[in-house]
Amino acid sequence: MIDGMTGAAALGAASARPRRGVIGAFWIGAVLVAVLLPWLFFDWSHGRHSGFVVSMLSQMGMMVIFALSYNMLMGQAGLLSLCHAAMFGFGGYCMIHFLSAAGDGSLPVPMEVLPLLAGLCGLGFAVVFGYMATRQRATAFAMITLGIGQLVTVAALMFHHFFGGESGVSSDRTNASSLFGISYAHGIAVYYLIVAWTVIATLAMFALTATPLGRMANACRDNHERVQFMGYDPRAVRFLQFALSGFFAGVAGGLYAVTYEIVTFDALAAPLSANALLMAYIGGTTVFAGPILGAVLITLLQSGVSLMSNSWLVYVGVLFIVMVTFAPGGLAGLILAHVPIRRAGRLGRLVVPYVRVGLPLLAMLAGFVGVVELASFMTIGEAQGKHLVLFGNTINASSVVPWLVSVVLLVAGGAWFWRAAKGFRATWDGITADLRDLT
Amino acid sequence: MTEAPALALRDVRKNFGATEIIRGVTLDIAKGERHAIIGPNGAGKTTLFNLMSGRFPITSGEIALNGARIDGMPPQRINRLGLSRSFQITSIYHRLSVFENVRCSLLWSMGYRYSFWHMLPRQRALNQAAEHILEEINLAARRDTPAGLLSYAEQRALEIGITVAGGASVVLLDEPTAGMSHSETDYAMALIRRMTQGRTLVMVEHDMKVVFDLADTITVLVYGEVIASGPPATIRGNPAVQEAYLGQLAA
Repeated sequence: MIDGMTGAAALGAASARPRRGVIGAFWIGAVLVAVLLPWLFFDWSHGRHSGFVVSMLSQMGMMVIFALSYNMLMGQAGLLSLCHAAMFGFGGYCMIHFLSAAGDGSLPVPMEVLPLLAGLCGLGFAVVFGYMATRQRATAFAMITLGIGQLVTVAALMFHHFFGGESGVSSDRTNASSLFGISYAHGIAVYYLIVAWTVIATLAMFALTATPLGRMANACRDNHERVQFMGYDPRAVRFLQFALSGFFAGVAGGLYAVTYEIVTFDALAAPLSANALLMAYIGGTTVFAGPILGAVLITLLQSGVSLMSNSWLVYVGVLFIVMVTFAPGGLAGLILAHVPIRRAGRLGRLVVPYVRVGLPLLAMLAGFVGVVELASFMTIGEAQGKHLVLFGNTINASSVVPWLVSVVLLVAGGAWFWRAAKGFRATWDGITADLRDLT
Repeated sequence: MTEAPALALRDVRKNFGATEIIRGVTLDIAKGERHAIIGPNGAGKTTLFNLMSGRFPITSGEIALNGARIDGMPPQRINRLGLSRSFQITSIYHRLSVFENVRCSLLWSMGYRYSFWHMLPRQRALNQAAEHILEEINLAARRDTPAGLLSYAEQRALEIGITVAGGASVVLLDEPTAGMSHSETDYAMALIRRMTQGRTLVMVEHDMKVVFDLADTITVLVYGEVIASGPPATIRGNPAVQEAYLGQLAA
């Protein structure tokens, strides 16, 4: 039901763009929310910030930079990189060493500027490995980056001096000097450092999309051969784009190191590279801001849902498959598909269809969560002597009733959803056909 | 001759595996000439274009552009020396808008190279040049439409537009009117005539009316060899050409 509309949105993205004012409001709103959100969870009785919220928001900030830098390759240049975490992790490792050096005075650089150095390390790394990888494009490029990712992970475990082996390297951020006399002892100070760098990096990456290089990266994505007959070497375009994206991944990694004060090989290994792909794709690769939505959502799932459920990765995986199959434009594509309808004042006609399709979807989801949680509890939770709590009720996983309810919800909800989705699609197609007649 | 020809081919050969597709082509295309290459299907016309534009390397021989050797160079270097080409199968940037397509084709020739420090919306001369091309190819009304959503004839017009936009002195057009209706063909030919004024034009074309209307010189290619080359009147009267090519069509 959804693929038709995002297909059109992917192609028609230029014409379906919201008005300038709306876009401006989105950016200002996003920054305001980022600045104010920690105070919403401030514990006034004890006079301190919620550590959980601040650390989750910090993670979101660095992941926003990371996902956006990934999309410089994926969405903008059509390059499927499988080693993006290598640049992130390398920036992180370098940052730990910078922090130590800044702490003992051998590196007289204030904390606020250090992420720039981490970015330059990411850039250097991307120059070396990007030179190899960007000789190729498409599948061969993906293969080479896969190899680079494995190579770097193994190297991180081998070379103890720099990478510290399995236990990683750690440092203390509080010894570094500050331009503004800020002590980075508390998470909230680091969080605002991250916000500042996220804003800077996002603006810089947005500006890059409007440069000759950024535009030719789009051109290489659409038709790498034609580029050559316009005077450009597509390999040089890929290389430069890769190097610049490595810079921003390095910045993100540097902020990671400041936040956690420890970096292990997890920071450059394949799962994090896969995460970059997930965030960019789920958020939407065809729109600049798409990966931001993806980074926020995935981090929420990672920090929030992982507290409630062992199986949170199952949900992320299913979400990814569903998005790739039904909404290749990602969340941003789904949102943009509504722009022309809103502009024509027809959004109201979608409310009832959305409720009709939303109810069975909720039932199906509840059934799915039930089945997954019951199964996961039987294999892990029970052995740990825990109680299964689902939707606020303690449940006996070995009795038949919860299983039956879950399966019925899943199957019946699914069938109902299938029917409802058809009706929704008809309504949607009707509205878009009307709009086409209007123009 | 005092001035070097725009394009000079000397005994150019091209093999694909054991098969020789281009079998010793020698050809001079004078500056400012409108040159048509005709020949039956499979004669190697498009292959010859691919060799001249650097898309494929030649097996042996020499190709010179304005007197400078270009064989062995990658396409982008040949393009920078002033040769631009279009494709028989429309080759545009489908997801970029019509305007962006045209602007991309201007970037290198206007000296932007791989810049990541110029903001495109602020480049007035560049944007005006792009708008001007859009008006020339009559696509100003479709400015912000993704190129992939244009009609076939519009895409062909865009293809011509982005080929000539960079100001190349030698323009190769591979069947620019293929698949067009009569009125579309007339329109496209007027467009080509206008936009290649003062430049060297080399064209592969099947439509004989177009060829004899437009070309100063016609080269007939059959099985990878030039069997005749000269002004339209001579070619029309050449018995070998009539037998090999025109005869079949005119019959």
